[in-house]
Amino acid sequence: MRRRIAITGIGVLAPGGLGTKAFWELLTSGTTATRRISLFDATPFRSQIAAECDFDPVAEGLSAQEIRRMDRAVQFGVVAARQCLADAGLSPGELPPERVGVSVGSAVGATMSLDQEYNVVSDSGRDWLVDHRYASPHLYDYFVPGSFAAEVAWLVGAEGPAAVVSAGCTSGLDAIGYACDLLREGTVDVMIAGATDAPISPITVACFDAIKATSPRNDDPEHASRPFDRTRDGFVLGEGAAMLVLEDLERARRRGAHIYAEIVGFASRCNAYHMTGLRPDGREMAEAIRVALDEARLAPTDVDYINAHGSGTKQNDRHETAAFKRSLGQHAYQVPVSSIKSMIGHSLGAIGAIEVAASALAIEHNVVPPTANLHEADPECDLDYVPLTAREQQVDVVLSVGSGFGGFQSAIVLADPEAKALS
Amino acid sequence: MTPTAVVTGIGIAAPNGLGTDEYWRATVAGVNGIARISRFDPSQYPVQLAGEVRNFDPARYLPSRLLPQTDHMTRLALVASDWALADAKLNPAEQPEFGMGVVTASSCGGFEFGQRELENLWARGGQYVSAYQSFAWFYAVNTGQISIRHGMRGPSGVLVTDGAGGLDAVGHARRHIRRGIPVIVTGAADSSLCPWGLVAQLPCGRLSTVTEPDRAYLPFDARATGYVPGEGAAILVLEDAARARERGVAGYGEIAGYAATFDPSPRSGRPPALRRAIELALADAEVGPADIDVVFADGAGDRERDRIEADALCAVFGEAGVPVTVPKTMTGRLYSAAAALDLAAALLAIHHRVIPPTIHVSPAADYRLDLVTGTARSGQIDTVLIVARGHGGFNAAMVVRRHA
Repeated sequence: MRRRIAITGIGVLAPGGLGTKAFWELLTSGTTATRRISLFDATPFRSQIAAECDFDPVAEGLSAQEIRRMDRAVQFGVVAARQCLADAGLSPGELPPERVGVSVGSAVGATMSLDQEYNVVSDSGRDWLVDHRYASPHLYDYFVPGSFAAEVAWLVGAEGPAAVVSAGCTSGLDAIGYACDLLREGTVDVMIAGATDAPISPITVACFDAIKATSPRNDDPEHASRPFDRTRDGFVLGEGAAMLVLEDLERARRRGAHIYAEIVGFASRCNAYHMTGLRPDGREMAEAIRVALDEARLAPTDVDYINAHGSGTKQNDRHETAAFKRSLGQHAYQVPVSSIKSMIGHSLGAIGAIEVAASALAIEHNVVPPTANLHEADPECDLDYVPLTAREQQVDVVLSVGSGFGGFQSAIVLADPEAKALS
Repeated sequence: MTPTAVVTGIGIAAPNGLGTDEYWRATVAGVNGIARISRFDPSQYPVQLAGEVRNFDPARYLPSRLLPQTDHMTRLALVASDWALADAKLNPAEQPEFGMGVVTASSCGGFEFGQRELENLWARGGQYVSAYQSFAWFYAVNTGQISIRHGMRGPSGVLVTDGAGGLDAVGHARRHIRRGIPVIVTGAADSSLCPWGLVAQLPCGRLSTVTEPDRAYLPFDARATGYVPGEGAAILVLEDAARARERGVAGYGEIAGYAATFDPSPRSGRPPALRRAIELALADAEVGPADIDVVFADGAGDRERDRIEADALCAVFGEAGVPVTVPKTMTGRLYSAAAALDLAAALLAIHHRVIPPTIHVSPAADYRLDLVTGTARSGQIDTVLIVARGHGGFNAAMVVRRHA
């Protein structure tokens, strides 16, 4: 009998309000958290906007040494991990260490700290032979972001497999998919899985400027993230983390845990096409969706809601619209599709895990979050993108997808374990 | 029935040899690839030695359009993957549309590319940052570029677990084979031998500051002073054994067992988890300690971590209960590529029936290991254990065996 996987704890740090409750309120109210960048002076850059977390590590309970040691992304990850454990009714150290694993997605690791460290050791770019005497004693932990998984493992007391999964913008989905593999093969009973990224630094903004991937709508940041809208002009960078407690469904039921949703399918495919480009036919994403639904033993018509990648680039929006039609057929026109990036921006590797959290909450509350800022859809995007206002409806099965640089296409399927479609 | 995963192709770019034949000849002969850093002047740094891949001219192997968009380590990965596919006699164009995937490990991404663009950013301004920076430095770049180069549209993955990554990637690749994907290109490449990369490595506190290439990296030796960093790539073609047989390819060996564990926090007082990784990998392969013909050890090169590994090996195999070797004494530690290279060497050891030596090391008696030092040791080798660790507490162990 195939092992089933339950989500029993959720911890989310997202722009617009920290914690799962604030996150869900923001999403269902259709409010946007995009604004002018405050983390550094962005005036020299083409895109000067982002969705930032108002995050105070002291208020979140991190010690002075933890704050010094951890990059902002690690701080997010550790705080979210602590939240998901508490939400699952588990305390660190209570689980058998050998049977717990950790899987943390991150697209760009400790890029913020690396950017700042480089400025110092190179004396603002003057010295190619950078001066090691000015380096942080924690620089190695920024150099190899495996340290992200280490920090979470130490927090949880996990001694099973630990890994950082870094597949660009599908890192969050892939880290959760990786965790599901470990649970299914029986290596562990519990996984702390999710993703974190804090990429709002000069080097990230500069590299997306260079390819005009991000929105330059600097005079109207609240309305800059406009997935599927005719007037969209790129994605808005974000930051944040989501960590989940994933456990064997039977184990969760035995201990009387609250079950948000079950993860019933996952697949990834590569487009083998271009490091940043997408084939317009959405063939590989459609294949990932097909395989994930197949693993879930669900039909396309069982899908009640699609949590889209919806980054707000023209290329992406058309690509995934094609992928939904290719994989779901006529049902693509019936099922609501929305992008929460319209509200909280695109936090690269983290967003996939945040979107899985949103998908689980959609099942929990039977509410579909909207696509904000969508006033007039791109004529080539002709699906139901749930513009502006959240929708109350029965949500038993959610498909969430991601697409990333490197050609990565991933799909995950969540379901209410009591839903008829699964029986 | 669950498919068996066999390695049918190997591609290597290592400090002591470019290409599998050159690497293996050098490795069996005990040729050292560690030398003073030549890529830049290391005089001002406390660490001056490295295992650099020599005489590598990327333009000889790769189309010119790929050069401006790739870091050095990606070029190593691309060339090694070309060689691995050629070795496997596999024509990607003949495979099913979604039948080939790519799973690699990375430790630090394209750090040299990153240094150049950080310099552009800070010295000249954001508008001078390369249009390729958005992907050329990041951890997923090798998986992406390999998949594009060979049209591999199956499942993909990228793992970052420092020095354990090479095994973790192959372990994950095996999962895809087991669920029915015919071919996965896997392994790892790493290089961070630019000034910024070297400086970023220093704070781990485990690099040797010795400047003589034959005395700097001495795992399991009382004179151990740390390790020497290296660069390189080891890429493997992993294939469903039944399909490989159908096309008449026997392969080097089967990925028979794999396990990963994570060490407890240093403050917990709990024992290290390395021994458990080894025991789990043996159990996964359904073999006992007596079945293992040789261990390719992690060989950290510092007293504390050498002790942990020696204790784990003695606990599982008994004192001097199995031959142990550390061929990375010839290359330095290649970060995520280190374990992938050890895995390749283990498969070559099975193929050629010879254990490559650990060079320069006089084993300290108190480790109680049968370390293969000096010259290579010939014999029947059917089953090999590979051990790998990463900074922070990552442990991985893998068992490979001759494929019947």
